[in-house]
Amino acid sequence: MDKALYIAMTGAKNNMMAQTARANNLANANTTGFKADFEQARAMPVFGESFPTRVYSLSERPATDMTSGAFIETGRSLDIAIQGDGWIAVESSLGDEAYTRSGEMMIDANGVLRTGKGMPVMGEGGPIVIPPAQHVEIGVDGVITIQPQGAGPNEVAQIDRIKLVNPDKQELEKGLDGLMRQRNGEPADADGFVRVESGFLEASNVNAAEELINILSLTRQYEMQTKMMKTVDENSASAASVMRMR
Amino acid sequence: MHAALWVSKTGLSAQDTQLRTISNNLANVSTVGFKKERAIFQDLLYQQVRQPGAQSSLNTQLPSGLQLGTGVRTVATQKMHTESSLQITDQPLDLAIDGRGFFQIQMPDGTLGYSRNGQFQVNADGQVVTATGFLLEPEITVPENAQSISISRDGIVSARLPGETTEQELGQITVADFVNPSGLQAFGGNLYRETAASGAPIVGVPGDEGIGTTEQGMLENSNVNAVEELVNMISTQRAYEMNSKVVSTADSMLRNLTQTL
Repeated sequence: MDKALYIAMTGAKNNMMAQTARANNLANANTTGFKADFEQARAMPVFGESFPTRVYSLSERPATDMTSGAFIETGRSLDIAIQGDGWIAVESSLGDEAYTRSGEMMIDANGVLRTGKGMPVMGEGGPIVIPPAQHVEIGVDGVITIQPQGAGPNEVAQIDRIKLVNPDKQELEKGLDGLMRQRNGEPADADGFVRVESGFLEASNVNAAEELINILSLTRQYEMQTKMMKTVDENSASAASVMRMR
Repeated sequence: MHAALWVSKTGLSAQDTQLRTISNNLANVSTVGFKKERAIFQDLLYQQVRQPGAQSSLNTQLPSGLQLGTGVRTVATQKMHTESSLQITDQPLDLAIDGRGFFQIQMPDGTLGYSRNGQFQVNADGQVVTATGFLLEPEITVPENAQSISISRDGIVSARLPGETTEQELGQITVADFVNPSGLQAFGGNLYRETAASGAPIVGVPGDEGIGTTEQGMLENSNVNAVEELVNMISTQRAYEMNSKVVSTADSMLRNLTQTL
């Protein structure tokens, strides 16, 4: 049997994996703060001491698209969106610091400020706890001011500041839980220049047209791979018929 | 089978949930005291197919690995307890809370429910009840021969009786506030139940300690914004269509495989 069959097979298999990556982007087209994953194929030559024909394909995720999504106005004071570059620091379920752009926050029964996904938001010294308040406001630099329960409008108190970071994008990597982390595993330093906008959320940055086009082109590529497999099968069948003893 | 099928399936069901939330919001666009909901989505776990830095040959490494996402899920539907506009009805027993807080309602099973809907009425025994007939807590009984009822901004209910010059005080309405109102469990009938996430109720006199004031003759409108919901509906529908397109594409790939080979 011709080994071309296996080359075509890796092509088809990696097309399917690439398709899965694209489908995941599209499934998250409405997820707040979601960052689309790139997908690319790589040629993996495996040459022996014969005619160099074995180049397998390899699908991979080179990086995550970190461009900003559109802003959605919600008018809720605990919804924040980051203007330009920057990330909100949260405590992941593993207990380490991770970064997200999804700023739909809430205050739980114990006063802990959490993202919509339930992860505590980091302040200057660990997770932020907000005392009972009539109003909670988040400033452009992430400073949280509250009007404590029962206090007059002139008695606002500054509680904490949301840890906003802006590490080098090259250093950031999406983890298995969908949160961003630095490649070296270290928490990033707070950056005073990151600006947030309260009352807004950032939409997913998935470009639906691009994803759909890629899905279609991957489908056609996949069909070519199956066509190759068929051709190899036919070659092999005709070879067998030539060899057949008359 | 093709993994993209299951990934887009999660996308389809998330958009389904979103549409259901939107339709419930739109259906309650004129429900007094209704608070809109929104669905919160989260990307599902990623699977590490290939670790970045794996050896591509003896001396070279792959610069990037392959992590495949597994789709999206709805983590929560969050009640948006933003305040809405007030409408003037001039009905003496229509109440709106201007600010934080909930009316306390006695449920038939003896527990307390919490509501922002202030369309109160008087039942046959003269007690103040909700439109569904549940008693307001603390109980207030209006005398049969009351000429008019007035409710102050701090919740004191008084009535004018025939032949009297001063108003007779009937009781004090108290209002409950929660640390995390979004954590309350809505169970229909404009009512909420206390949960571990909402925290314990903080009961107080209206206008005191940051609790809202009671406004007589007014009702709180639903905080649903019809335009916003319709825009959300459009984006949901398109996202749904795109995910179903992926399903049909994955299907055609599998069909092509079985037919060609």
